[in-house]
Amino acid sequence: MSTPENSELSQSIDAQSLRHASGPYFGAYGGRWMPESLMAAMDELNETFEAAKNDPEFIAEVKDLNKNYSGRPSLLTEAKRFSQEYCGGVRIFLKREDLNHTGSHKINNVLGQALLAKRMGKTRIIAETGAGQHGVASATAAALMGLECVVYMGAEDTRRQALNVARMRLLGATVIPVTVGSQTLKDAINEALRDWVANVENTHYLLGTAAGGAPFPAMVRYFHEVIGDEAREQILAQTGRLPDAVTACIGGGSNAIGIFHGFLDDPSVEIYGFEAGGDGVDTDRHAATITLGRPGVLHGAKSYLMQDEDGQTVESHSISAGLDYPGVGPEHAYLSDIGRVSYEPVTDTEAMDAFKALCRTEGILPAIESAHALAGTIRVAQRKVAEGVNPEETIIIANLSGRGDKDVGTAAAWFNMIDEKDAEAEINVANSQNSGSQNSEEK
Amino acid sequence: MTRVMSAEKIAAARAEGRPALIGYLPAGFPDVQTSIEAAVALAENGVDIIEIGIPYSDPVMDGQVIQEATVHSLANGFKVAQIFDIVRGITQRTDVAVMVMTYWNPVLRMGVDEFSRRFAEAGGAGLITPDLVPDEAGEWIEASTKYDLERVFLIAPSSSEARVLSTVDASSGFVYCVSLMGVTGARSSVSSAAQAVVDAAHKAGAENACVGLGVSRREHVEEIGAYADGVIVGTALVAALRDGGVPAVAELAAQLSGRA
Repeated sequence: MSTPENSELSQSIDAQSLRHASGPYFGAYGGRWMPESLMAAMDELNETFEAAKNDPEFIAEVKDLNKNYSGRPSLLTEAKRFSQEYCGGVRIFLKREDLNHTGSHKINNVLGQALLAKRMGKTRIIAETGAGQHGVASATAAALMGLECVVYMGAEDTRRQALNVARMRLLGATVIPVTVGSQTLKDAINEALRDWVANVENTHYLLGTAAGGAPFPAMVRYFHEVIGDEAREQILAQTGRLPDAVTACIGGGSNAIGIFHGFLDDPSVEIYGFEAGGDGVDTDRHAATITLGRPGVLHGAKSYLMQDEDGQTVESHSISAGLDYPGVGPEHAYLSDIGRVSYEPVTDTEAMDAFKALCRTEGILPAIESAHALAGTIRVAQRKVAEGVNPEETIIIANLSGRGDKDVGTAAAWFNMIDEKDAEAEINVANSQNSGSQNSEEK
Repeated sequence: MTRVMSAEKIAAARAEGRPALIGYLPAGFPDVQTSIEAAVALAENGVDIIEIGIPYSDPVMDGQVIQEATVHSLANGFKVAQIFDIVRGITQRTDVAVMVMTYWNPVLRMGVDEFSRRFAEAGGAGLITPDLVPDEAGEWIEASTKYDLERVFLIAPSSSEARVLSTVDASSGFVYCVSLMGVTGARSSVSSAAQAVVDAAHKAGAENACVGLGVSRREHVEEIGAYADGVIVGTALVAALRDGGVPAVAELAAQLSGRA
């Protein structure tokens, strides 16, 4: 990223702050590429959000929920054994979003948006979900604030994530399996948008990532800025200086934009986003949108997009359902183009190796999404060591965006940790229970 | 060749004291040739303007019937460039105006200028753009001016007065008045919101305001025709094509236009 063009751009942007880009455009990206039927709702949301940001009462409400409900500030933990074993001794600090209530960064955004929904007098929220994390977080916020909640989830994903479907239902949400299109996250968003068009009067669409039409990208970032603000303060308190690099995983990019926000205006801090490389970017099974996508419009924003030569959205693939999305937030597209953030792909295999590494060295089970950031962190650290830096004087902060409890089944299968006899026995038990219940129904 | 524009067809219908009838069909459903035949059947049975939809992977404004048809078309291998063959196939055999309804990304991917040029060469009149609002349409306004294409933007019951005004200003040919808050699909009655949307469009200076969404029967055409300049039927025609092929489309078009 050191072409003359880029360095010129970097210099010109140094003059102004990148941290608070308000949209609706981020360079050539962003905007509102969506049906007229939704424009009034987008305007209302924008006005409500802008007013709330300047309302001390709203700011206090968000702070209180973050502290007394989510458990913020989340810790910044130095991962010493991980650093020695995998990162050549480069100091690694983990921003522990996995310790938040509901187990990921998602709670930051849903609490903020649910408060806005109430301010707008809406009684119902709808959400999309892939793996179920945003759905669970939305159902949580809805239960807390007394809102009706409907979650759209690809039928394929409801089968893979049956436990999270049950969690959402326990929290009082209605989960609607989406059987149209490819039956995955992007189709869940399409169905949520169709619902919103029909019910916009009493419904807020609680979008789960920093994508979509304006004001969603800047608004979702705003609610996640706390990640970067805390991390910056914590690293200064713990080490007395800024880190050399900050890393995060990127699907739509909400956890990443949250932590990046804290460091975008610190030119000495390198920033890295790690996309889902799936089986590899030389195959057609990946979700490396910025690495291999082209600019286009999807779900309301212009950004990088995985699409074919006809502009049809291409299916993404990743072991991580949370990164399995063919688009990316528009602010990331911009930060990539101007060279401020480097985006690189991480394969399923690299992510799972890093997943296991963190489990074994730190006793922390990361979400597979976050394991992409860890794999990227190992790569950046080793690169720095190869460049000859003094590892002990080099610091990287990785955003550990979520915990891996939801991924135990996937990881156990990946590492062949399920004893075949046990698995057989479980299947037999399940089968006998199934046939038992069928029998009882017949009676 | 001289192209037939939708504004001409609406004016001609008005001169006959009736609303223009606009019929929608998806490109390549059930296959490219049949979609041309079905469109010709519409033209032969009283439809004034034909709206051909480009199948798209993420059609957020469409209900189930149209979604299923476009999924079928894409699964059959429909390519965006075939839209020009279809438009040409229809304009060569009829005197209707041919519009294309398209989500914006396929146009963006080909290049707005190139798409517009090839579309005009095929005899197309203009584009209906369900997920492109005038606010983002700079490139399209430029290309449509250059190639003399009509720009049909949508207004909805939720549109503010200011947005109705700017949308009417940016539109040419006609303004597409969405009759209800929802997606495409046949409904037993037409939303009472439709007339208010049309009135708002006229008040904002629209010469031609046409109503779509939920329109499926002759009685709807008559009811809407009392206050609107055109009536748009989609899902009902697609369902007819799916269930009864071209003859069923011809029959329904004749009923809608009052010829049968």
